[in-house]
Amino acid sequence: MTPERPMLIEARGISKQFGGVEVLSDVDLDLHVGEIHALLGENGAGKSTFAKILAGVHSPTRGTLKLNGQTVDVSSPIAAQKLGIALIHQEPVSFPDLSVAENIVMGRQGGGLLSRVPWATIIADAERYLDMLGVSLDVNRPMRGLSIANQQMVEIARSLASDSKLIIMDEPTAPLTPREVDTLFAIARRLREEGRTIIFISHRLEEVRMLCDRVTIFRDGAHISTQSIDSISDDEIIRLMIGRTLKKFMRKHVAEIGETALEVSNLTLPGLFEDVSFSLRRGEIIGLGGLVGAGRTDVARALFGVQPAASGRISIGGSDATIEKPTDAINLGLAFVPEDRAGHGIFATLPVEHNLTAAIPGKVAPRGFISRKVERSISQKAVSDLSVRLASLRQPIVELSGGNQQKVILARWLLTEPDILILDEPTRGIDIGVKAEFYDMIGDLAEAGRAILLISSELPELLSLCDRILVMSEGRVTAELPRGEATQENIMQAAVPRSGVAA
Amino acid sequence: MTFLRSILLRREAGILIMIVIFCAAVGLYKPQFLTGQSLRIVLLLTPLIMIGAMAQMLVLVARHVDLSIGSMLGFSAMVVGLMYREIPDIYWLVGFPVAILTGAILGLGNGLLVTIFKLPSIIVTLGTLSLYRGLTFIISDARQINRSVIPTELKAMSRTSPIFDIPWIILIAFGIAGITYVIARHTQLGRQIYALGSNPEAAPLRGIDVTKVTLIVFTLAGALSGLAGILYASRWGFVNPSNTGAGFEFQVIAAVVIGGVSINGGVGTVMGTVLGVLLLGCVAAALPLLGIPGSTQNAIYGAVILIALLIDRSVRQRGMISVAGAAK
Repeated sequence: MTPERPMLIEARGISKQFGGVEVLSDVDLDLHVGEIHALLGENGAGKSTFAKILAGVHSPTRGTLKLNGQTVDVSSPIAAQKLGIALIHQEPVSFPDLSVAENIVMGRQGGGLLSRVPWATIIADAERYLDMLGVSLDVNRPMRGLSIANQQMVEIARSLASDSKLIIMDEPTAPLTPREVDTLFAIARRLREEGRTIIFISHRLEEVRMLCDRVTIFRDGAHISTQSIDSISDDEIIRLMIGRTLKKFMRKHVAEIGETALEVSNLTLPGLFEDVSFSLRRGEIIGLGGLVGAGRTDVARALFGVQPAASGRISIGGSDATIEKPTDAINLGLAFVPEDRAGHGIFATLPVEHNLTAAIPGKVAPRGFISRKVERSISQKAVSDLSVRLASLRQPIVELSGGNQQKVILARWLLTEPDILILDEPTRGIDIGVKAEFYDMIGDLAEAGRAILLISSELPELLSLCDRILVMSEGRVTAELPRGEATQENIMQAAVPRSGVAA
Repeated sequence: MTFLRSILLRREAGILIMIVIFCAAVGLYKPQFLTGQSLRIVLLLTPLIMIGAMAQMLVLVARHVDLSIGSMLGFSAMVVGLMYREIPDIYWLVGFPVAILTGAILGLGNGLLVTIFKLPSIIVTLGTLSLYRGLTFIISDARQINRSVIPTELKAMSRTSPIFDIPWIILIAFGIAGITYVIARHTQLGRQIYALGSNPEAAPLRGIDVTKVTLIVFTLAGALSGLAGILYASRWGFVNPSNTGAGFEFQVIAAVVIGGVSINGGVGTVMGTVLGVLLLGCVAAALPLLGIPGSTQNAIYGAVILIALLIDRSVRQRGMISVAGAAK
C-alpha cells in the first residue's frame, strides 16, 4: 500500500443524533481509492451508523462529505447509488418475488413508466456481472429461496451494475460458511484491484487481518484511531475498542449461595451453539458475556424451550428435565425475560395489568373466568414492589417508558415465582437511573434465593453484578471467569473470535 | 425432465388440470357439456369477470385490494345509462370513454385515500363500496335504466362478431387481458408494481415512486371497472342501481386468487388469472346443466373456490418438496 493514494472519501465532523442522543460525534475519516478499510468497535460504537450515513440511509446532523475532492450531499440511498456508493446489508434487501436479474438492475433503469423493459439486455447484463464475480446462478429464478451468501453476491453484482466506487459491507461474513467467506474475500480483493474501495465491518479480527489494509476503531460514537493493519496488534485493537474507564456499580450484598438449581451439560444446537456446559446455584448470578451473535440468546431460548437444543442434558433441582416448549420450562420454575421487548415481550396495545398477569392465568382466573378484583390487587402489588411509574393500570403498556415496560415484563415473570430467572439484555435502551434500580432488584432477587442467568453486552454490568462470568464466542464457551478474576480485557479477549483463540 | 417439472410446478398447470378434470367429470354425466355451444356459454359468462380480474390482479400484486370495483362498475354503467336516456341522439360509442373516465375518477379517489391518508386499502375500498353504490342510487333516483334506452348497437356487441363468430365483448375481454400482460411483463410500470408488492419497504430504496405507482394501479382498476360497466349494459341491456355490479368484487377476487395471485403481493400472472376466470365460468355454466337449483348454486360456487385453493396448495407444497429433494 502506497500511502500517497488519492482520496475517495473525506468525511469531516460527521455527527448524528437520534432523539436527542448523540450516537456519532465529530467523526473524521479518509478513505483511499482502492483500499479495504475495516471499521471495528463494540456493539453500538457507531460504525454501522457511520456506514449508513455514507450510504444515504441516514443523513448526518452535522458534518460534510467529500467524494473525489468535491462536497456531496448523500440525501437518499438512490443519491448514494448515483454517486457510486453501495451498502450491502448483512441480510440483503431485495424483492423476493422478482428474478435475480431484475434485482440486479432494479433502480438503475431510466425511462418512463410505460417504456419497455429490455429483458434481453437485463438478462445479459445480469449474467455478465455474476460472471465477473465468478458466481453461477440462474438469473431468471426468483430471489426467494436463495442462500444468504448468494443474496449477498446479487447485492455485490448490483453494486457493480451501478459501477460503485465505494462498497460498504456491514458484517457480511456473519451468516456465511467458511467456504463462502473465502469466495467473498477473493471477490473483495478483485474489486480492490479494479480500484474500488471497500469498507468492511466485522467483529472478527482474524478476518480483518486477512483482508483489510487499514482499520478504524470506533468507541462510544467517536473515531478513536485509524492505523495500518500491519502496525497494530490484536491486543492493542481490543484495548482501543474497550478503552473506557470503568465506573463501578457495587452490589450491596453478595447472596448466600445454595444448592445447584440448574445444570447444563454439553448442550448443542448445530449452527448456533455447541457443547455448552455450566451449573447455576441458588442465590448465584451468572453472567453470559460475548458479542452479539455469539449464541448467548440461543442458549437462553433453548433452555426456555423456544427452540430446544438438539443434544445435551439439562437438569433442574438435581433431576433431569425435558424442555420442549416454553410451558415445560415455566412448569419447571424457569422464567425468561427476552431481549427484544417490542417483538417478544409486551402485548403493546393491552393495558399494563393484563401484561402483568399474562403468565399466571391460573391465579387471576381461578374458576376459568378472569376475576377483575384479583387481577387488580395482584397488579397493584407488583407495580408498587418494583416502583413502576405509570398513570393507571388500565394504561396501554406502550405508553410507558422503556425502563418501566421492562419492569412490567420482569414483574410478570416474578409473579410466576420462578426459581431460575434468565434475563437477556435487561437494561438495553434504559435510562441510567432506572438501570441502577434494576441492578438493585437483580441483586435482591439473588439474595432471595433465586438463580439468575444474566445475558449482557455491557461489560461493567457483568462485572459488577455477577458471581461468575461465562464468555461465549461463535457458539462456544471460551472462558469462565470468577468474580475476582474477570476484567474488561479478559472478557473481550475471550469474546472476540480470532486466530488461535476460537475453535 | 427439469423443463417438464418447471412447467408442472407453475400454478397455471394446476388450474388447467382442474379445468380439464372438472369438464371431463361433468361431460361424463352430461355429454352435451363438451360441445362448442357450451364453450360459447362459458365464454359469454366470463368477459366482465375477466376485465375485473385483470384490474384486481394488478391491485393485489401491488399488495392492496379493491373491494369497490363492483360499485365502480355499477356507478359507471349508471352514468352511461343516464347519458343515453337524457341525450338520446348521442353517438353510441361515446359511452365507452365516458364509462372508462367515470371509473378512472372513482378509482383515483380510492388511490388518493390510500396514499394521502395512508389508510389500508381494504378499509378505504370497503367504505367506497358503500359510498359509490349509494351515489349510484342518488344519481339514478333509485330507478332502473330500461332496455329501450340502451342503444341497439351496444346491445348487439354481446351477440354479433367481427371474426370467428366470437362476440365483441369476449374479444374485448381477451384484448384487455393481452394489454394487461404487456403492462405487467414488459413495462417499467408493471415491474414496479410487482416490486412494490414484493417488498414495500425496499421499493423507495430502489427509486420507486410508491405514491405514483399506487395511484396508477387504483386508477387503472377504476377505469377497467368502468369498461366492465358499459359492457354490462351491453350484455344485459339494462342498468339497475342495486343489482348492477353487486357481488362482482367477490367473483373477481375468487377468480384472481384461484388463478394464483397472492394476497400478500408480488405474485401473479395474467395467464393464471385468465385460467381462474375460465374455471369459474365452467362451474357457472355446468351448474344449471346438472339441474342444480339456483338456491344452492352460491354455496356450491363457494365450495368450488375453497376446494380449488386447497388442491392447489397441497399440490404445490408437494411439488416444492420434490424439487428441493431433487436439488440435493
